Amino acid sequence: MEPTPASQPNSMVLDSQVPDGPIADLWENHKFSMNLVNPSNKRKFEVIVVGTGLAGASAAATLGELGYRVKAFTFHDSPRRAHSIAAQGGINAAKNYPNDGDSVHRLFYDTVKGGDYRSREANVHRLAEVSVNIIDQATAQGVPFARDYGGLLDNRSFGGAQVSRTFYARGQTGQQLLLGAYSALMRQVAAGTVELHNRSELLDVVLKDGRACGIVTRDLLSGEVTPHSAHAVVLATGGYGNVYFLSTNAMMCNVTAAWRAHRRGALFANPCYTQIHPTCIPASDDFQSKLTLMSESLRNDGRIWVPSTADESRQAGDIPEAERDYYLERKYPAFGNLVPRDVASRNAKTVVDAGHGVGPLRNGVYLDFAAAIERDGQDAIAARYGNLFDMYQRITGENPYSSPMRIYPASHYTMGGLWVDYHLMTNVPGMYAIGEANFSDHGANRLGASALMQGLADGYFVLPYTIGDDLAGLLGDSVVPTDDPVFTSVVTGIEDETSRWLSTNGSRSVDHFHRELGRMVWDNIGMARNEQGLRQALSDIPALREEFHRDVRVLGSADTLNQSLEKAGRVADFFDLAELMARDALEREESCGGHFREEHQTTEGEAQRDDDNFSHVAAWEWNGPDTPQTRHVEELTFDNVALSQRSYK
Amino acid sequence: MSDTISVTIRVWRQDGPDTPGRFETHPQQITTDASFLEMLDLLNEQLNDRGEEPIVFESDCREGICGTCGVMINGRAHGPQRATATCQLHMREFADGDEIVIEPFRAAGFPIIRDLAIDRSPLDHIIESGGYISVGSGAAPDANLTPVPREAAERAFDAAACIGCGACVAACPNSAAQLFTSAKVGHMALLPQGQPERWSRTEAMVEVMESYFGPCTNHGECHEACPKEISLDFIAYLNRDYVKAKVKNRALSGQR
Ligand SMILES: Cc1cc2nc3c(=O)[nH]c(=O)nc-3n(C[C@H](O)[C@H](O)[C@H](O)COP(=O)(O)OP(=O)(O)OC[C@H]3O[C@@H](n4cnc5c(N)ncnc54)[C@H](O)[C@@H]3O)c2cc1C
Ligand code: SF4
Ligand code: FES
Repeated sequence: MEPTPASQPNSMVLDSQVPDGPIADLWENHKFSMNLVNPSNKRKFEVIVVGTGLAGASAAATLGELGYRVKAFTFHDSPRRAHSIAAQGGINAAKNYPNDGDSVHRLFYDTVKGGDYRSREANVHRLAEVSVNIIDQATAQGVPFARDYGGLLDNRSFGGAQVSRTFYARGQTGQQLLLGAYSALMRQVAAGTVELHNRSELLDVVLKDGRACGIVTRDLLSGEVTPHSAHAVVLATGGYGNVYFLSTNAMMCNVTAAWRAHRRGALFANPCYTQIHPTCIPASDDFQSKLTLMSESLRNDGRIWVPSTADESRQAGDIPEAERDYYLERKYPAFGNLVPRDVASRNAKTVVDAGHGVGPLRNGVYLDFAAAIERDGQDAIAARYGNLFDMYQRITGENPYSSPMRIYPASHYTMGGLWVDYHLMTNVPGMYAIGEANFSDHGANRLGASALMQGLADGYFVLPYTIGDDLAGLLGDSVVPTDDPVFTSVVTGIEDETSRWLSTNGSRSVDHFHRELGRMVWDNIGMARNEQGLRQALSDIPALREEFHRDVRVLGSADTLNQSLEKAGRVADFFDLAELMARDALEREESCGGHFREEHQTTEGEAQRDDDNFSHVAAWEWNGPDTPQTRHVEELTFDNVALSQRSYK
Repeated sequence: MSDTISVTIRVWRQDGPDTPGRFETHPQQITTDASFLEMLDLLNEQLNDRGEEPIVFESDCREGICGTCGVMINGRAHGPQRATATCQLHMREFADGDEIVIEPFRAAGFPIIRDLAIDRSPLDHIIESGGYISVGSGAAPDANLTPVPREAAERAFDAAACIGCGACVAACPNSAAQLFTSAKVGHMALLPQGQPERWSRTEAMVEVMESYFGPCTNHGECHEACPKEISLDFIAYLNRDYVKAKVKNRALSGQR
């Protein structure tokens, strides 16, 4: 069935387009049944890829190699700088090199379970299948993954997995994978198949007759607003974790591209699914600009504890063993410090809220390496985590070899995003979303080392196939000319928006409002949510948004590099998103993965799902600025994995 | 321990690539727990409140890995702390009463865009000319088909750790980009996967580099400024490979 054009509200059919058949053969069979564009016809198609992180760079490079004419856009000064570069820990793949019982099926199973049964089985299975190709591809590109003494690739166990399936490159896996994808992209730029537009920010997508036909960008240096047309538009613009203001995301990460697509009809799915990472360095003062992640791999050797008595004033070293509460080891003897992220984060919040927090602001818990250093020696620990320890010391001025680290959860990853079908196409024909920007294969919670896998799977091995199926039907159609009214009206709209920001002449900076918004979102739509807090957010956010639009001060002009101006538009979109997050969280009357509703917990304080009523994706449809979005659902069925309550005891 | 210190900021302001620049002076009080860029954030907040345009400076990851940040601090690229990018520098490296002079990276190859922001796109052009291994998506053999000696992989990593910040160029009296280029060439030349294109890659990258940047005369300032401590040895390897590339009969290079 054809997806319904976005212009017909209330008749929305959410068809995931998942083919029928046994799951293990689905993708293989589907690849055969899809339409192909023959090699000499590919150059007749123009494809826009927005974003050059792992997902976008791998997609643009692969589409270019295939012969499509690609235009790639990034607001960074170089594709090498995308947020993907900061990923530390590693990338999963079902290679089973260690021979410890891993398989495609097990990675599939673990991912569905880890996502708390809120993802689409068929997509996750495909992800697990192509995971092995990613490692081959990256290695061939020269990505220097860790190796053992025989020269073969090394693996480690990561984030609660019971097999060693994580490939890593020191603590810089994202950097090395991105540099691999970037080099593949630059090869295509040199070959002339990809036209690269740096420092260009997408400010709107353009539709004609219900189909995506291009985008409009603003050149961040000259301020020029330019329309671009294509046969298909791919959004690979990352996640929205910066809605919290403080997060581990890079400073420039934002929701604008996805949000503007949403405003043009693309459904936004599961916005309330956000991941709060348990091991970040706590904020040290009021003008903290971002939080730094300490790789999760530290939990393999570090022990997490807080003082048993609240409001403890002694230094860590002066607190005897008997007066320490190793709360994860106590509550979850089987997994101990390696419980999944959501469980670790929530437990940290519980102990800190109960007054057991440590550090000057009492906003952290200890991550202690003393036992590991005693067992393995300082050299062994330094070899494993040296760069992380150095990073910690640089930021805090404290030496983690001699006193325990302090950590606290922070916004890290967003599972929600643009709704896509099995082809990674949004409900708007011709518009795709890949990487963290889509609502993803991670359900309600992403497992460690699985985002890099998903971004590269989408970009190298899924989208390049599925996009052909749709494009094949357009052979002979030319792109919509950029002087068509569908483009010119959008260009005018953006120019008007820009002048509005510059003439508001209020009294507070964009950052001021972003920080305030972030605080509201963190307090009410953070690690634990309840009806009262969500209702509070739903009244506070619009009030602050109104103040923002009235009182923001953006100085300078539009025809030069103007960072406040750039941020104003991004923060405006965060306001709208935050409100939708609250509504989504309110309507989802269950706890699952990263979405913990305090009203829905087991007697032991664990997340309690409601599979009868909420085993679905919630996808929201924009109805204009002053009308609430409509909630649509895609039912999820589980034929291959039995639903169970997660237990890490 | 956090303290509050008073410092005097002297910062370069320049409205556009072709307009003359000037220094502006601002007193600043700041806790030593703040990062250097948070100190600038705070200053920008104050400027905005006073109706003056904020200082343009770039940053993204603020974790020392993306290479977006980078300014001259008291004449040193990325400031006083060894192996530390600007975004990772903290105010505890400064003392009460210090004057801190902040300027953009200056090099002919890096035109100033505005205030502290510069254009480093020539570094991308060097990569574009050959900083890759040509392997199409899906064409790769099993990753464990080619074992790589651990030492070789580690050494390749040391080079691959370059973040493309351009501090090496800014620190060099000749504005040379040898350290950056040699890091990419070295990373690939050390791996078996990089061998087929080794000679053509080296030649192409060096030639594009020379079209934007000055000559290397072995000052070593680049290494001192490099936040990833990329070794000068890679420049030696680069020079060696470049000479070899000129004489190598590539038709015979498949022989062992
Ligand atoms: C600190 C940290 C550590 C992590 N570690 C791991 C790990 O160990 N393993 C793992 O699997 N995952 C990890 N993750 C998650 C993972 O890094 C990300 O989910 C992933 O890299 C996202 O890739 P992406 O390509 O979807 O988006 P990004 O890398 O965010 O790229 C987005 C791109 O879109 C562009 N863009 C965005 N908006 C616009 C616009 N409006 N106009 C033009 N361009 C635009 C940007 O310029 C950029 O090129 C980590 C995340 C963080 C924060
Ligand atoms: S070699 Fe060092 S200084 Fe030069 S770009 Fe790379 S990381 Fe920066
Ligand atoms: S901001 Fe990324 S390296 Fe400094």
